[in-house]
Amino acid sequence: MDTIFVAIISFSAIGLICAVTITVASKLMFVKVDFNVEKVRKCLPGANCGACGYSSCDIYAEVVSKGEVATNLCLPAGEAGFEAINEILGVKTSEGLAKMTAVVQCLGDTNTVKDKMKYVGISTCFAAKQLFGGQESCTFGCLGLGDCVAVCPSDAICVKGRLARIHPDRCSGCGVCAKVCPTNVIAIEPEPLHVAVRCKSKERGKAVRQKCSRGCIGCKKCETVCPVKTIQVVDSLAVIDHTLCYGCKECVDVCIVKCIL
Amino acid sequence: MDFRALIVIMMSAVLVNNYVLRQFLGVCPFLGVSRDFKSSVGMGFAVIFVMMLATTVTWPIQIFLLNTSGLEFMQTVVFILVIATLVQLVEVVLKRYFPALFASLGVYLPLMTTNCAVLAVTISNINQGYTYAEALVHALGAGLGFLLAMVLFTGVRTQTESADPPEAFKGIPITLISAALLSLAFFGFDGVIENIFR
Repeated sequence: MDTIFVAIISFSAIGLICAVTITVASKLMFVKVDFNVEKVRKCLPGANCGACGYSSCDIYAEVVSKGEVATNLCLPAGEAGFEAINEILGVKTSEGLAKMTAVVQCLGDTNTVKDKMKYVGISTCFAAKQLFGGQESCTFGCLGLGDCVAVCPSDAICVKGRLARIHPDRCSGCGVCAKVCPTNVIAIEPEPLHVAVRCKSKERGKAVRQKCSRGCIGCKKCETVCPVKTIQVVDSLAVIDHTLCYGCKECVDVCIVKCIL
Repeated sequence: MDFRALIVIMMSAVLVNNYVLRQFLGVCPFLGVSRDFKSSVGMGFAVIFVMMLATTVTWPIQIFLLNTSGLEFMQTVVFILVIATLVQLVEVVLKRYFPALFASLGVYLPLMTTNCAVLAVTISNINQGYTYAEALVHALGAGLGFLLAMVLFTGVRTQTESADPPEAFKGIPITLISAALLSLAFFGFDGVIENIFR
């Protein structure tokens, strides 16, 4: 019987010592926690998408609470989240939320673009791109194997007919899809987006026509018709500067291949 | 002190008796944190640190406290208690004085409070009858072995993640199979260290 008493007493003593040490240590070395961090963190969506430029929502919440960066960097949180963060931190800002949206700059689905081979392999764009640039004859376009679908935090992308399509209401403009796309066919543009060139092919007009019925052939019709001269054809590909565009849609009507939408 | 004996203890803990791949201890963090290189290295160093620290404290407790008062049977429960306390204490201290270190290591420390590999190292120190120095070297070797296993397996895993296994093998099954193959490879170290330093 003696042993068990000794055991109980000594074990309790060790436990007590441990408990006291931890309690004292945590009191002595108490680190002041900024409660705003947690509140701000709750306003953020927690997708860790990286649109703000920080690797996780936790880190962005921390730097925002310290007042080191602007409060309008979280795009997925939207207008509501932006206002909530401002209220918590007592920040008054005239800047609104810079809303962005993703655009797939390609119209090459199974009906429009010709295949150069049949790709049977690992079903990711990343893998397909490495094998002669993918199944489609045009190497500038969307491969349609859904790497972007897999990473989209707001479930805004779907692939139909081997072409990624973006749901404009759901897209928060975080840009994760643009980062993961191996052909860089997804662009992140500021809202409101009136028109966009849905082609990235820099090949000459004839070569484009042979591969795809909806590719930009660089005919310069849009460049001529644009009233604010915001479209330029570079390397036989129309490029729109969205800062000047006000949405007259003249270019949409004049485009022969209907690749400006 | 026999320097050669220390090297043998250390190398055999790293390669021959690798805690993860030979004794299947600490497999939970081995599978859980081996997704990317950075976190597996962080976890590895945290394990080295905690194993050394736990040995520093538990060896004197066993020799001078439990053995002298005839309480050897309380080894497991006392060790668990002491290790858990230590890790918590280290966490508090790191948070206060080394915030940068805490930010990189802090996530992994709570995972280690009741890690079986840490407990196994401290208990095997006693069972093997090591001296204090030998025990510390053994703990360092066990930690390094864990780090080695983590880093190797992260390399294997980044390959299997981008591969395209059959549907039934996707995810955990292919991970476990590759872990088994890596473990088999480590069985090749059988008897190597003993013969090198003979």
